[in-house]
Formats: sequence, C-alpha cells, structure tokens
Amino acid sequence: MNERENADVKKLLKDALNPARDAELRRDLWPAMLQRLDERPIPVPWWDWALLACAIALFCIFPGTIPALLYHL
Amino acid sequence: MELLARFAAGDLEAFETLFRQHQCDVFRWIMRIVRNAATAEDLTVEAFWRLYRAHARFDPVAGNFSAWLRRIATNVAIDHLRRSRIEVPLPDDLPALASLHPGEQMEMRGQILRALGKLSPGLRSVVLLALVEEEPYAEIAQSLGISENAVRVRVFRGVRILRKELSRMGAHP
Repeated sequence: MNERENADVKKLLKDALNPARDAELRRDLWPAMLQRLDERPIPVPWWDWALLACAIALFCIFPGTIPALLYHL
Repeated sequence: MELLARFAAGDLEAFETLFRQHQCDVFRWIMRIVRNAATAEDLTVEAFWRLYRAHARFDPVAGNFSAWLRRIATNVAIDHLRRSRIEVPLPDDLPALASLHPGEQMEMRGQILRALGKLSPGLRSVVLLALVEEEPYAEIAQSLGISENAVRVRVFRGVRILRKELSRMGAHP
C-alpha cells in the first residue's frame, strides 16, 4: 500500500469530517428498548398460509407451472 | 447464576443490566459509522433488539459478549447505510481547511463527501473507522468478522476509489 497516498486522503477526510469518537449518548435508551420489546410482530392471517400451501401443492403437482409463472412475473 | 448465563437463558433483568453497561459503547461505535446522533440512538436499540432475539445462541462460557455485540452493532450500522440515501452530514464545528477561502472550503468538503458517498456501505464504514476515527485494524477486523489483511485491502480499495472520484471532480489530493 502506498502510505503517502493513504496519508493524503486521510488528511482530506479528517479535514472534512470530525472524528465522532467523543460523541456522548444524550439519554438513557432503556425506555425505547422496552417499547421495542413490547412491540408484537404483525400476525400473518390464516388465509395467507392457506394460499401459500395451495401454491406449493400446485407447483408439486404441476411443476410445469413454475417456468410459466416466472415468465409472467 | 452469572449475568451472561442468565442473559443466555432469556432473563430480562440480566439483559437490562447488560444494556445499561454497554449502551454508551454501542452508541459511540455506531455513531462512528453513521455520523448522526438520532440515527445512532435508533440503531443502538435495533442492535440490542437483535442481540436479545439471539440470546439463546450465545454461549456464556466460551462466548465473547462484547465482541459479539460489537459485531451485531456493525452489521446494524452497515444495513442502515445500505437502506438509506448516501449522505454524510456536515458537522457544525469543522476545523478550517488551511489556505482555502470559505467558499472553496465548502466546495472541497462537498467534493470529499460526495466521493465518500460513492463507496459501498462496507467500504465506507471501513474507511471511516480506519482513516477518520483511527481505530486499530484489529478492532475493525473483529467488528466485521474479517481478517486484518482484509481490512487493509478494503482501506486500500477505498482510498483508490476516493482518489479517482476526487480527481474526476477536479480536486487533487
């Protein structure tokens, strides 16, 4: 590696961007974490699962439909 | 029962203790990559959320908790860079670029930031950590789960792309 090349670009970057190593966290994030933990995932309706099962069954019985489907997608 | 073992078993109190012990470190690390305090706060919560979901995979005896958390935080930050528009905000307290007029300084900074935006999120994070934050290559390597040599290669590639972009813009480093 060309160290001089590296040093030139490093200097330019440091001139344009201050290091963020001294950034301080302004608040306790635990309440936000608790809120995130309480969020429930959106449930998938049963008919979506039924539709998926039908599609898989169709592809297993008629594999020729797979390229036809891919063509139309 | 030891704290890490309780965390691995899914104990929320143990998780809270670990969260409070490590939230500042995780925030600072993510901040070095995304360079925006509000975003870094959100991503810190996201990193701990991923950590909590994966608690059962952690080995409290052989596992290195800090290294594992750092790696999750790095992945969260890089995922964010992939999703978001390429943008590196200019801080207010920038040092003056020597021998340049204020207008030229702004233009030069804009060119540098645009060139930085041309890097892929993976390369950009390595370049920021290695060249701006001056993190040791070993630490960057551990946070990304790659070798130190791979970090050197990424810095080399990043610098090459930056030089090329800056030359194309007419700014010669």
